[in-house]
Amino acid sequence: MTVTPEKIGSEETSATPTARATRTPDPEGGQLDRLPRRHAVLRMSEVQAAELADAPLDDENEQTMLVNMGPSHPSTHGVLRLMLEMDGEIVRRSKPVIGYLHTGMEKTGESLTFLQGGTNVTRMDYAAPLFNELVFSLATEKLLEVDIPPRATWIRMLMCEINRIASHLLFMATNGMDLGAVSMMIYGWREREQVLRFLEKVTGLRMNHNYIRPGGVAADLPDGWRDDVLFLLDMLPPRLAEYDILMSGQPIWRERLQGVGVLAAEEALALSVTGPLLRSTGIARDMRRDEPYLAYDDVDFDVLVGTRGDSYDCYAIRLNEIRESMRIVRQILDKMPSGDYRVQDTKVTPPPRARIDESMEALIHHFKIFTEGFKVPEGEVYVAVESPRGELGCYLVSDGSPTPYRMHIRAPSLVNLQCLPHKMADGLVADAVASISSVDPIMGEVDR
Amino acid sequence: MDPYLLDGVTLGDVALSTVKAVLALVVCLVATMLMVWFERKVIARLQNRIGPNVAGPFGVLQTLADGIKAFFKEDNIPENADRFVFKLAPYLSLLPAFLTFTLIPLGGDFSGGKSGTVTLPGGQETFLQVADPPVGVLFFLAMSSLGIYGIMLAGWSSGSKYPLLGSVRASAQAISYEAALGLSLAAVILVTGGLSMTEIVREQATAGFGGIIPNWNIIVTGFIPFAVFVMAGTAELNRPPFDLVEAEQELVGGFHTEYSGIRFALFFLSEFMNTVTMAAIIVTLFFGGPAGPNLGILPGWLWGFVWFFAKLLVFLFVFVWFRATLPRFRYDQLMDLGWKLLIPLSLGWLLVLAGIRVARNGELNLLDSAGGDTVLVIAVSFVVLLVGMGFLRAALNNARRERLLAAGLDPREVG
Repeated sequence: MTVTPEKIGSEETSATPTARATRTPDPEGGQLDRLPRRHAVLRMSEVQAAELADAPLDDENEQTMLVNMGPSHPSTHGVLRLMLEMDGEIVRRSKPVIGYLHTGMEKTGESLTFLQGGTNVTRMDYAAPLFNELVFSLATEKLLEVDIPPRATWIRMLMCEINRIASHLLFMATNGMDLGAVSMMIYGWREREQVLRFLEKVTGLRMNHNYIRPGGVAADLPDGWRDDVLFLLDMLPPRLAEYDILMSGQPIWRERLQGVGVLAAEEALALSVTGPLLRSTGIARDMRRDEPYLAYDDVDFDVLVGTRGDSYDCYAIRLNEIRESMRIVRQILDKMPSGDYRVQDTKVTPPPRARIDESMEALIHHFKIFTEGFKVPEGEVYVAVESPRGELGCYLVSDGSPTPYRMHIRAPSLVNLQCLPHKMADGLVADAVASISSVDPIMGEVDR
Repeated sequence: MDPYLLDGVTLGDVALSTVKAVLALVVCLVATMLMVWFERKVIARLQNRIGPNVAGPFGVLQTLADGIKAFFKEDNIPENADRFVFKLAPYLSLLPAFLTFTLIPLGGDFSGGKSGTVTLPGGQETFLQVADPPVGVLFFLAMSSLGIYGIMLAGWSSGSKYPLLGSVRASAQAISYEAALGLSLAAVILVTGGLSMTEIVREQATAGFGGIIPNWNIIVTGFIPFAVFVMAGTAELNRPPFDLVEAEQELVGGFHTEYSGIRFALFFLSEFMNTVTMAAIIVTLFFGGPAGPNLGILPGWLWGFVWFFAKLLVFLFVFVWFRATLPRFRYDQLMDLGWKLLIPLSLGWLLVLAGIRVARNGELNLLDSAGGDTVLVIAVSFVVLLVGMGFLRAALNNARRERLLAAGLDPREVG
């Protein structure tokens, strides 16, 4: 399933890379040559840094200072830590340090059954939990070789697109906050809260839903869901128009973002960057269109691309992806089929609640599924979906038991973080903040 | 000068000055306290929140509660700090803020050509301001420069990197915007012909064009100095969108990162005191301060208070509004704005104003009438101003092009 960068690059690079410092060819040739700013990565161990801190000051040679940004810093989105080598206010080299939120969720996944797995993975990208559940469920179903009913597929699509809206609204909020437009933080959260209210109504929880499960979804959509979705679709467009007034058209906002944190297309490819960040460089790669899953073949939507790869493109793409998601949701409303919301495969699906009261066998069946779990055939599989942050993949190995032998999540936040030193190089510290913000990392997903 | 000080200083005069100073301090502190509440409340409403609502009616006493809390917090001094300077800095920041406030005429009846004095029961005549030195405006400029020392020393003495960056920003910002602030003030001084605050107010209290439009300096000086002053003033205050000194998202807390407890509260207090003072200065310099019609019922000097605080409130709201709406500037953009726009603009405008003044006084004698001269001067000035701005733009673009070329970038592509 891995796609070589060359393949995409040759087909779909629709924009020439933005202007960049003249680059010297790499003597060894190859991949490194695609990273003209690889000198921007600060390769310094903690020991070396500590030695530097203890060393006596030498005014002649020391023109730069080492600053630790994070893990506890207002704009590092959780516990990202950046080691910055600064020349006055200019960031020369930097090194993202991760691991401050390590929870061992991938390892935990090996001791949880496939049915319990959802509760585990949903905590990784906590801004877009349904996508984690989706990718895990899709991988499990691929191993089980079950086909889920159409209604379940469409419900999954509906919920995921709404979750994408919520996630991008969160980005709008944090991006505004990072650039000093503090009111935007509240506005973004205000709208996100409305969206989460719908998710709560359907799944019972605002976050960490465990709604999408192997075999379908946990419950059918509640009565009146259509009105709730229509309310969101009516509520959002004027609010997004307000964002345009408050940010997109704001001269200070444009000044702060345009031409800041520029990433070239080939740099992005060499660093395996995906999602809005990759699309901002002009490469139209979207898993929903390129490797359709669920029923994305049946809906009509545009893949938005930028031209410059700067922070403004990242912002504009995410803002318009909200509109694009709303377009998809409208189509889902029209096309939502009726039928079962989960597969009627007794091996995977617990019996309905009413049967448990009547039948002893059903009770035992129910008990067994939720304690022991269901067995999944041997094999390994990789499934990827387009999460709000990029290609979210799940690699699952089963040894035939009810728990996975190995579970690995390809987290877009983690991979996208690699481009941070390249984006921040030779920019001001204020631009570094804008760059972090436009990468939009979720640390829960980075550290897993 | 205050009339009561003109005929020698008696013990009574000293007592009066002391009483006035104490009263002004109280007014200033209460105004600051209310400003903190006002800002929090207004910004909360602008952001769809409720804001402080527990302490006192409508949460008015929230600031008091916070102040008491700050007093009892642990006062931490970092190991690497220069202890003496670290302790001194908050006071250095607070003092100029209050000293500026003493310059402001808070009330008094200026209507109908009155001088704005009140007669006390003891027979002394005095202004409703603590001091009216003949160098008033210069004193304001001096104090606003001094205020930066507190911030600079705080950042430097903390012995930590983020505060240091904050204090470097503070000094650069202060130096850049002081010039624009001074030049826009020069326009006001030019039309007033004096530096004293009372004089500036009295000049604006006269009936203006058609007897209806007030003779406020915002109109007399042609708006530009006012716009420059508000921008430079906001930068001088380190308030959004120019709050780079304490840019939370970049420098954590900026210069006060290492401060805690009451020392931090003092910085906080001085910041808001500065805001109140700056709004009051804007009102005094450009909007006639306490000048306004005497509508009866109340004694005349009280109407001065009413007008003054009404105008003050408008500007305080404007400052809060800025904060709620605008994203923060970047360091280099701030410098660009200051040096490449505000300073040339206010300098050019000052020359235009001076030219018009000379022509209107009939000292030019180019055409037959002073009126003709004025029109001519205005026309020529605007042409010169436009050409000058064109040259400046060309120079800036060229400099930028060369900078990009030096960095190996293609200027056409960077855009």
